[in-house]
Amino acid sequence: MGLLRAVALNTFREAVRDRVFYNLLLFAVLLVGTSLIIGQLAAGQDVKIIKDLGLAASLLFGVGIAVFLGIQLVAREVERRSVHATLAKPVSRPVFLLGKYVGLLLTLGVNITVMAVALFAVLAVYQSVTPAGVQATWTAPALDPRLLIALGLIYVELAVVTGVALLFSTYSSALLSATFTTAIWVAGHFVGDLRTVEQIGASGTTVWVARLVSWVLPNLALFDVKAEVVHGLPVPAGQVVAAVGYGAAYGAAMWLIAVAIFQRRDFK
Amino acid sequence: MSGLRARARGGRLPWLLAAAALLVAATGFQMASLSQRPVRDLPAVLYLQSPTVARRAVLSFDMLAADLYWLRALQHFGATRLQTSGPRTFENLYPFLDLATSLDPRFVVAYRFGAIFLSESPPGGPGRPDLAVRLLEKGVAATPDRWQYFQDIGFVHYWWTGEYDRAADAFSKGAAIEGAPWWMRSLAAVTLSEGGDRQTSRLLWRSLSQTAENDWLRRDAQRRLTQLDALDHLDQLQAVVARGRLSGLSAPWSWAQLLQAGLLSGVPIDPTGVPYVIDINTGRVDLDRRSTLWPLPTEPRGLPGLAREPR
Repeated sequence: MGLLRAVALNTFREAVRDRVFYNLLLFAVLLVGTSLIIGQLAAGQDVKIIKDLGLAASLLFGVGIAVFLGIQLVAREVERRSVHATLAKPVSRPVFLLGKYVGLLLTLGVNITVMAVALFAVLAVYQSVTPAGVQATWTAPALDPRLLIALGLIYVELAVVTGVALLFSTYSSALLSATFTTAIWVAGHFVGDLRTVEQIGASGTTVWVARLVSWVLPNLALFDVKAEVVHGLPVPAGQVVAAVGYGAAYGAAMWLIAVAIFQRRDFK
Repeated sequence: MSGLRARARGGRLPWLLAAAALLVAATGFQMASLSQRPVRDLPAVLYLQSPTVARRAVLSFDMLAADLYWLRALQHFGATRLQTSGPRTFENLYPFLDLATSLDPRFVVAYRFGAIFLSESPPGGPGRPDLAVRLLEKGVAATPDRWQYFQDIGFVHYWWTGEYDRAADAFSKGAAIEGAPWWMRSLAAVTLSEGGDRQTSRLLWRSLSQTAENDWLRRDAQRRLTQLDALDHLDQLQAVVARGRLSGLSAPWSWAQLLQAGLLSGVPIDPTGVPYVIDINTGRVDLDRRSTLWPLPTEPRGLPGLAREPR
C-alpha cells in the first residue's frame, strides 16, 4: 500500500511539475469570458449555455490530460530508463502500473474538482444577478446539485480513457498510443451505432463483427447525462451506479491487460 | 554556472524583441491586407447539413453544438434583418434551427423563438409559417407533454396563415394536455368563432405575454400588444381624417391643418412617443419608420362575414 501510494503521489507530482494544471486557468478564462459574452447573445439561454460549456470543457480538457499524460505514464519511464531504478526496488510491476494509474486519476480528480468549483462559482454569480421571476423560468436551477452527477460521470469516463491510454503506453510509442487512445475515445461514442449496424444495410459477418467490437469497445455514451442534467430531467440512481460500476470494471480490465503485457516486457 | 544562466537570459532578450517586432509588423500587414480587400458579403456557411450526421460528428458534445447552432441562428436572423443592401434572404435560418433542435431535442427556446423568426413576414423575416409549424411539430414529437408548442402552432396558424380551423385544432390539442391553462380551450372556441378580430388577436398575445417562460418571448408579446394599440390609434386617426375630409379639408394633409380645424388637440404620438406621420397627398396616417414599433404587422384576415373596422 505504501509503495502504491509512493508511485501514485510521484505521478501526481510529475503532473504538477509538467504544469498540467495550467489548463485550469484556460478553463476559468473560457468560462468567465463566455459568461460575459453569452448574456448578450443567447436570448435568455445564458445559464443553459454556461452549463453546457462547463460540462463540455471539463470533458474535453480532461480527455486531453488523460490521453497525453496517460500515454506517457510508462513510455516516458522507459525512455528515461527510470523504470529500471523503480523496478529494481521492491515495487512489483502490477503495483507500479496501478500506482501510475491512481496517480493520474488523482491528477484528473483534482482537475475536475477545481473545474466544478469554477463552474459553480460562475453559476452562483449568474444566479445572484438574475431576478427571481426569470429564475423561475429556468428548466433547472443554476446551482443544480445534479451537475455533480454529470461531472462525476465525466470523471468515470476519464478513468476509462486513462485505462486505455495506460494499456497502450505499456507497449507502444507515445505517438501511436495517443492516436490509438483518441481513436478508441471517438469510437466509444459510436457503440450504439455499431449495435444497430444492420439498420444501414449491413448484413452477415459485418453485423456480427460490429456487434462483437461494440462489446469490446468502451461504451462511453453510458457516462453522458449532460442533456438530462442541464434540462433538469431525472437521472435514475440505478443508471448512475451501473455506469460507475461499468467504468470501474472496464478501467480495472485495462489495467489487468496492461499488467499482462508489462509483466512480459524485457528492459535491457 | 550563475554567469552562464545570466548570459542565457541576456541572450534570449534580443530574440524576444525581434519576435515582438515581427508580430507588430505582421499586424500591420494584416490590417493593410484587410483594407485592400474588396468588401463582400459571404453567405453563412452551413458546414453540416444533416442533423443525423451532426449528431454523430459532435460525439458527446451535442448540447454545446446545439448552443452554437442556436447562436448562429440568432446571429443569422439578426444580421440579415440589419442588412441594408441586397435581398434579405434567411436561407440558413431553418437549417440552423433544425440542427440546434436535432442536437438538443429539448431546446424549448430554439423551437419557440425559431417559430417566431420563421413566421415573421418579409422584410423582417423569411415569411415561412410552414417551416415554423414544422419546427414546432418537431418539438411536439420530442416532448409531447408541452402544451406551449400547441399554443405556438395555433398562433402561427392564426396570425400568419389565417387558417383559423387549424389554429383552433392546435389550441384544442394543447388544452387536452395535463397542466395546460384553462383559457386554451376558450382560445380554441374564440378562434373558431371570431378569428381575425383584433380583440381576439389581443387575447392571444396577452395569453402569450402572461405565460411565456422566457423574458424575450414576453417582451415580444408585449411589443405586439403595443402594436395592436398603435393600430387602434391609427384607425381612430384615420377616422379623424375622414371627418376632416367631410368638413371640406383636402390635400396637402398635415397635422397642423387638423389642429387648426379643431379636430385634434395635439400632434398624435404612438405608444413609444414618436409622432405618427400623415401622407401629404392621400391623408393616410401611418407609423413613423423611426418608431420601434415599425413595421406594424399585417393583421390576419377576418372570417368570412365577420365585420372588420376599416383602417
